[in-house]
Amino acid sequence: MAVAQENARPEGRSSSPFWTIARRDSLAGFLFIAPQLIGIIVFVLIPLGLVFWYSLHEWNVLANTFTYTGAQNYRMLMEDEGLLEVLGATAIFSAGLVIFNLALALLLAVLLNQKLAGIAVFRTLFFSPVVVSLVAWTIVWGFLLQKNGGINGMLLTFGIEGPNWLREETTAMISVIVVQVFKNVGLNMILFLAALQGVPKELYEAARIDGAPTFKQFRRITLPLISPTILLTSIITIVGSLQVFAQIAVLTQGGPGLSTTVLVYYLYQQAFQFHFFGYGSTLSILLFAIVAILTFAQWQMRKRIVFYES
Amino acid sequence: MLYQRTLKSTACALAILGSLALGGTAQAQDAVNLRMTIWSANEAHLKLFNEIAAGFKQNHPNVSVTYESLPFETYTTALTTQIAGGNAPDMAWIFETSAYDFVKSGALYPLTDTLKAAEGYNLEEVGTGATERWTEDGKLYAYPFSTSPFAVFVNNDLIKAAGAKTPAEMIAAGEWTWDNAIETAAAVAKSGKGGLVVRDFNYQAWQYLTSVWNGWGASPWSEDGKTCTMADKPMADALTFIHDAVFAKKAIPGPGETVDFFAGNAAMTITQISRASLLPKEKPFSWDLVPLPKGSAGEYALIGQAGVGVMQSGKNAETAAEFVAYMTNPENSAKLSQFFPSARKSLLNADILKKTNPLLSQEQIEKVVISGIATGKVMPGHTGFAQIQQMVRSNLDAVWRPEADVPATLQKICGQIGPLLKR
Repeated sequence: MAVAQENARPEGRSSSPFWTIARRDSLAGFLFIAPQLIGIIVFVLIPLGLVFWYSLHEWNVLANTFTYTGAQNYRMLMEDEGLLEVLGATAIFSAGLVIFNLALALLLAVLLNQKLAGIAVFRTLFFSPVVVSLVAWTIVWGFLLQKNGGINGMLLTFGIEGPNWLREETTAMISVIVVQVFKNVGLNMILFLAALQGVPKELYEAARIDGAPTFKQFRRITLPLISPTILLTSIITIVGSLQVFAQIAVLTQGGPGLSTTVLVYYLYQQAFQFHFFGYGSTLSILLFAIVAILTFAQWQMRKRIVFYES
Repeated sequence: MLYQRTLKSTACALAILGSLALGGTAQAQDAVNLRMTIWSANEAHLKLFNEIAAGFKQNHPNVSVTYESLPFETYTTALTTQIAGGNAPDMAWIFETSAYDFVKSGALYPLTDTLKAAEGYNLEEVGTGATERWTEDGKLYAYPFSTSPFAVFVNNDLIKAAGAKTPAEMIAAGEWTWDNAIETAAAVAKSGKGGLVVRDFNYQAWQYLTSVWNGWGASPWSEDGKTCTMADKPMADALTFIHDAVFAKKAIPGPGETVDFFAGNAAMTITQISRASLLPKEKPFSWDLVPLPKGSAGEYALIGQAGVGVMQSGKNAETAAEFVAYMTNPENSAKLSQFFPSARKSLLNADILKKTNPLLSQEQIEKVVISGIATGKVMPGHTGFAQIQQMVRSNLDAVWRPEADVPATLQKICGQIGPLLKR
């Protein structure tokens, strides 16, 4: 810093220089946040603005026409008969995913929060799907879930004839949820594990002395103290569930019928398959609004459900 | 001071780099790189395309052509995404199903003048039946380089092992009908292998079932494309027959089952003859190629077309059109016809086709290729095909269940796609 100050005030200059300490400090600050800031501007804010702009237009890619249509795409959104079914499928998918993911992650974290020899091996095993390539993971599950695939083959050895997993409406939805949960549950598990390890041991000791049973200890001590993590993981998981695309594209292509056509996949179909880029953009504004509202609502709820905030 | 000096030297360096880059562009301005998107990644196909590109380079030393293979299933989506992203290829293959979208939109560069001006091109010998879908207001917007009949590839080894009659035997006895074909397929399926596979259908791309339902005289919409005919009797009969073959007779692998004919796992497959290149070279089986069986509406043939067009938005559209003219001239069309049969009349004779299709016998060429191209209907297509396709697909899922109500589902489909067809 001393060297920099000398440079900033060269000999023979009495008037105040341009590069004052304050300015240089703020330049340095801006340079430090620049990579992140530029990233957000280029890859988030500008595309967001553009998507809104596109949503006010009819964009025919093939004919290379881009016509301002005002709120027409938004009117179409209100009148779209298929959209209700799509939103229903999205709600079922997200709810199923969040409940199953958080419950399983918490269960695994509690089980793995033991001081046992070789526990690290199990932690690594459960976390490993997180680092596997998403598409490769989904393709392999696609083979396993076929009618004559691995899972039904295994069931057959026990004399059970398995369903046609990806071709029945209920089992198709369950399949995509389970494939997604198994892929990402490790991440939430690690977050829960860290939170569990941060719970002071004295509290359990005191509870034991008072004669509180294990489940009561979990409900009265563990849950309240890890509630900030529950909030964080539920926000991450809900937002993530609304963005699931590859699994649907690889496993079911939205079928059978429209049963697994979630909003992101519907948006992709409208924009990239049917070439309605304007309407596709309108759907992505709807998706953005849903994510924003859900995140805001959860954040507001923290006062009621989160008991401990440092 | 240090900052100012750094700023000045950075500006200087950028200026020097910039001028070098501009100089580089100026030197290379004559070089033209053309890119063609294709849906084949087959080595034999690519080898031939590269030979054609090398031939073009002899007379146009500054022009290089590269081929970009995009996955078959998502080809049109990937292509339109490239166009939307401002990265359109110079030339592109186009499916017959999406031909109307491309031709009518103005996305393609008109080819008629360039093709007519090319020496020895002889565009007139390509029949109007072949060019109909690719023409708008008397101008050809994409050249149908592939007019490939659908036919049945047969694995005689599997059929004989199952003790069933082979298609060749049935043809000789005049019994090559859909009922008998399904009977043979069911016999092979009982032996543990796959029966008959409608390739590329996968219970998603229903348009490939045209190769079956045309035998009943069925069609998804009227000739003018304005009226839905899916709920009509021929379609209901054809789909009921297919449903029965899948679920009752188990002659066609069901939804969610994958069986590959070319790996030797199925008795028969319906596909285009361009897939002959997939026949195994190691562990070959005794195969045959026969026309589609007779349906209740009599004999019929179906052809799939593929067009090659030049993107209007490309910088080198004129050069690209010249390349298309070279690629599809009589000489290169003859070479291409070993995989992609040409619609040129001069190439539709057994002697020439035999030379370019060494895998096929004289009889197969006459009965399947020549007669198929001469009499075949083209696969259905429509403006806005992707949306119609998706709507029909999501509803047809209800048919691909054992307890399906086929006529009611078809009524529902017509109710939904009716307004889209009229658009």
